[in-house]
Amino acid sequence: MSHLSEEELILHYYGEEDGALDAAGRHLDECAECRALYGSLQRVLNVVDALTVPEVPPNYGAQVWRRIERHVPARRRWWRAGARWRWVAAGAAFAGLLVAAFAAGRFYRRSPEPAMAKADPAAHEKILLVAVGDYLERSQLVLIELANANPKAPLNISAEQERAGDLVSESRLYRQTAARTGDTAVESVLDDVDRVLMDIARGPSELSPAELDTVRRRLEAEGILLKIRLLGSAVRNHEGPEAQPAAGQRL
Amino acid sequence: MDLTDAAAVSRARAGDADAFRELVERHSRPLFRLAFLMTGNQQDAEDVVQESFLRAYRQIDGFDGRAAFGTWMHRIAANCSLDLVRARQRRNDRLAPEDSGSGEDPMAQLPSTGPTPERLALSGELRRRIAEAMDELSPTERAAFVLRHFEGMRMEDVGRALECQPGAAKHSVFRAVRKLRQALEPMTSVAK
Repeated sequence: MSHLSEEELILHYYGEEDGALDAAGRHLDECAECRALYGSLQRVLNVVDALTVPEVPPNYGAQVWRRIERHVPARRRWWRAGARWRWVAAGAAFAGLLVAAFAAGRFYRRSPEPAMAKADPAAHEKILLVAVGDYLERSQLVLIELANANPKAPLNISAEQERAGDLVSESRLYRQTAARTGDTAVESVLDDVDRVLMDIARGPSELSPAELDTVRRRLEAEGILLKIRLLGSAVRNHEGPEAQPAAGQRL
Repeated sequence: MDLTDAAAVSRARAGDADAFRELVERHSRPLFRLAFLMTGNQQDAEDVVQESFLRAYRQIDGFDGRAAFGTWMHRIAANCSLDLVRARQRRNDRLAPEDSGSGEDPMAQLPSTGPTPERLALSGELRRRIAEAMDELSPTERAAFVLRHFEGMRMEDVGRALECQPGAAKHSVFRAVRKLRQALEPMTSVAK
């Protein structure tokens, strides 16, 4: 008698046997060896069910909505609006940026208290400040490379995707800090940059000229590069010369 | 407003943000569960939920209504999770290439005797070890296993959700179960 393979036992466990109706079940009734193996498989798979998922609050759906809602109507209108409205909206985005740049100043202002050598919040803030400036510069580089690409044939952007993916992971700390300090305007710019980078990182690794053009138009419409430049310059103005890293030095 | 999913989708497609809000509020919890199981990390799962809804909103014109909205969202969230886990893995591989070559399975080091599974469960140790075993799966294996085992999808639907052939999905589940067995069997056999 030939025994059941592990694959057949797994399919039996999930009720997805191919072929003859419950042939595996009949075999298990007759074969102690396969039954023992199946018992061990069942135990493991039943134990996996003990994996728990953290509880989310009852209003979790409302929380999610609050985090994403400002992107929802705006995107929709962008997508469908004509060129004239894009310019109007770009103007609005610019006005928002001025607010963001102002808020960036507040966000990155150093503590007026003298810093202690051990736990120096000002030094910590400065490190964060340099890191944000560096993050914005690198984000800008990735986006400019894509915006300026003008290929005649599909372009492989896997290297840019990888950099975009890294930047997305990195930005979480900065967004969390902005959220914690209540700097919603800064958080909003970081959020916008993050979302574009995330779409690039998770999109196709080869873009046709038309798709690249869509990316370019999106960057223009949402004023992303402009936002980065303004926030970046606000950050640099508050870094101070002593916060600048040495050439080639990375945090 | 108490719309059905289909009616809410239809209104959201016409630009009604309130209708989309209703969909977000209704489907966030099950999506969080899926995203957490697939990423193994609460913050990542929250990011996946948000990104999935934004992706859904951008693609809502392409939703043909043949599957339920929840099923469609599960597919999007599964793919977002998979993208995120793959990106994380690429980054980790790049950061610590030398550390990954030991091939030692930490679960193989477990003693064959020890606390009973009940006690392990009580202490949370069992869950920790299951989570570790899940982390040892490749992103595709983990995604396929979560969809089959926790979400109860048929292999064919797993393939559709992960945009791969059903055969490939099936083999990912097989490999995942094999790895989980190797890692967790020592713990389950102590109860015998």
